[in-house]
Amino acid sequence: MEDLSWGGILARMFIQLGPVWISLIVLFTVSMTYKRRLGLYGKLFDSTIGMIGFGLVMFWVFVGVYGGPLDMLVTHDPLSQISGMKNKVPGTPMRGAEEGEYAYFLLGGDNLARDVFSRLIKGAWVVVQIAPVATLFAFVVGITLGLPAGYYGGRLDTLLSFLANLILAFPVILLFYLLVTPEIVLTGIPNYMALFLFVFPLIFVCILLNSRYYTQPAVRTPLLIGVLGGLGWLYLSLVSTNGAVVATPNYTIPGLPPFLDLFDIDPGILVVFVSVVFVNSPTVFRSVRGLAMDI
Amino acid sequence: MGLFILRRLGVMLLTALCLTFVVFWLTNLYPNLEKLAKTQGNFRMSDEAVASYLGKNGYLQPLPVKFGQWIGVLPGWTVEDDGVVTGKCFAAGTPEEERPRFCGVLQGDWGFSTVFKDDVGSIVATRLGLTGKLMFFVMIVMVPMALIVGVLAGMREGSKLDRSLSTFSIASTATPEYVSGVIFIAVFASSAFGLKWFKGSATSAMESVTFENFTLPVITIALYGMGYIARMTRASMTEVMTAQYIRTARLKGVKFSDIVLKHALRNALIAPFTVIMLQFPWLLNGVVIVETLFNYKGFGWLLVQAASNNDIELLLAVSVVSVIVVLVTQLISDIGYVYLNPRIRIA
Repeated sequence: MEDLSWGGILARMFIQLGPVWISLIVLFTVSMTYKRRLGLYGKLFDSTIGMIGFGLVMFWVFVGVYGGPLDMLVTHDPLSQISGMKNKVPGTPMRGAEEGEYAYFLLGGDNLARDVFSRLIKGAWVVVQIAPVATLFAFVVGITLGLPAGYYGGRLDTLLSFLANLILAFPVILLFYLLVTPEIVLTGIPNYMALFLFVFPLIFVCILLNSRYYTQPAVRTPLLIGVLGGLGWLYLSLVSTNGAVVATPNYTIPGLPPFLDLFDIDPGILVVFVSVVFVNSPTVFRSVRGLAMDI
Repeated sequence: MGLFILRRLGVMLLTALCLTFVVFWLTNLYPNLEKLAKTQGNFRMSDEAVASYLGKNGYLQPLPVKFGQWIGVLPGWTVEDDGVVTGKCFAAGTPEEERPRFCGVLQGDWGFSTVFKDDVGSIVATRLGLTGKLMFFVMIVMVPMALIVGVLAGMREGSKLDRSLSTFSIASTATPEYVSGVIFIAVFASSAFGLKWFKGSATSAMESVTFENFTLPVITIALYGMGYIARMTRASMTEVMTAQYIRTARLKGVKFSDIVLKHALRNALIAPFTVIMLQFPWLLNGVVIVETLFNYKGFGWLLVQAASNNDIELLLAVSVVSVIVVLVTQLISDIGYVYLNPRIRIA
């Protein structure tokens, strides 16, 4: 078989991404039809730039969701190495393709002879998982610490601002280099950071509900107990893996037993997630603190 | 003003101390030390061999003691092994009276790099010089280009010129260096498009800079940083152009070019100044990526080498330098802001 031409590659990629195009078209037609009844979201469809941006974001969200958990779109297994496909140009026919296997490496092979197209799609799912939640967490951490720092001022403010500046002064790339290594994962530091950082949403929700229903103790107390119970369970199942919160070769700290554990997070993803939250929260902290001082 | 600078310098020192301690702690975790021992010795070392290597080289002391030795407030370690005395501050065969007790940053000794087998101080100095050269050219290209684009876009908000320049600057900031660098190499340096205008490697630029070998790395960093500064300049320019005194000048019949150059420009440049200064730390990130991509062995390349080999003393020196760069630029931007803005200067 011959190599595909660029037109052929693009056409095949277009076909392969079919479900994404269908979903995008459905989403846009439905939203455009009912845009007057959709409030703020509908307003987005009045502006061309807004629609382009929304389309770009939703494209990657659909690619991530279909390619990741649903396992559609991908042409090959993203991790399996196929002999003879190392560093091949886009459109190279797969060597020794069997019946039922996709016959081409659409975007070529990487230096370990894996299919780049499938890896791209699987990578999109990792980003779709981490980016929005990490941003949300960074905001929650920044707001929970920035409001009291701006409101009370004094020593608390000095200390927190110093810590925030400390993290900001760190060259981001060096911090990532130091944190995201297998050796650091072994020591359990990401787990400790997760333990610390994931508490903040609990505190945040607690303060939010308490300040809203403070005057109605009859509503507040059961509500807080219920919400905190649920969130606490989520928190514990988030931080504990295989019945342990921190598991290093030398010692373990027991956590939630496996039968109560709702889900586990891959340690590789956890360390990236925690580092992103850690690096981004000081920026949010600074702006929230400034706003609180202004008000 | 003097007190302000003095206080800032104090905070700077404290920050640098805390940060180096964090780096020290992270690099001295046992798994990292094990990796260091195995890269120095061999990869099939037993656990006992690793422990004895680390013990002999003073890595197994308590963390605060090691940190104190690095700073130079505690005497360096000495180990006696089969009657041969070695230590942090001297090699094996040194006579007893010539052995210094302290050797740390305070004594001007930045330590010894385990990767390059050389003094950290001299390595960092040469690499920093090379990166300084790169940064100099980046600044020369980036700052004027960004200011021109920003001012042109901001002087008539909403015009066709504004739209196209804004799109250009958004696109250039939205493209990270590792994408634009690869595209530039593919287009201008490889045979893919037949345009072999520039070289894809900047290794030869370390000795002599030519147009051919230095254009691509400089453009890659400059384009990324440019968009952001141009956006800031445009924002402050549009704000100035709607001000009362500009309207008055127009009503008086002053020429448009005079309005822009004489009345608006100076006021519009206050905000971008801070932004340009605060861009330095970000450029440091770009430098790491671009230097690795173009194989230009400067400071960023050094950081990558130090971090991937867990070269503790080199990493500490690198982080001290980058922290100082960040904090000094913050200080300069604060002081410069005060001087540029008469409202703050007089108050």
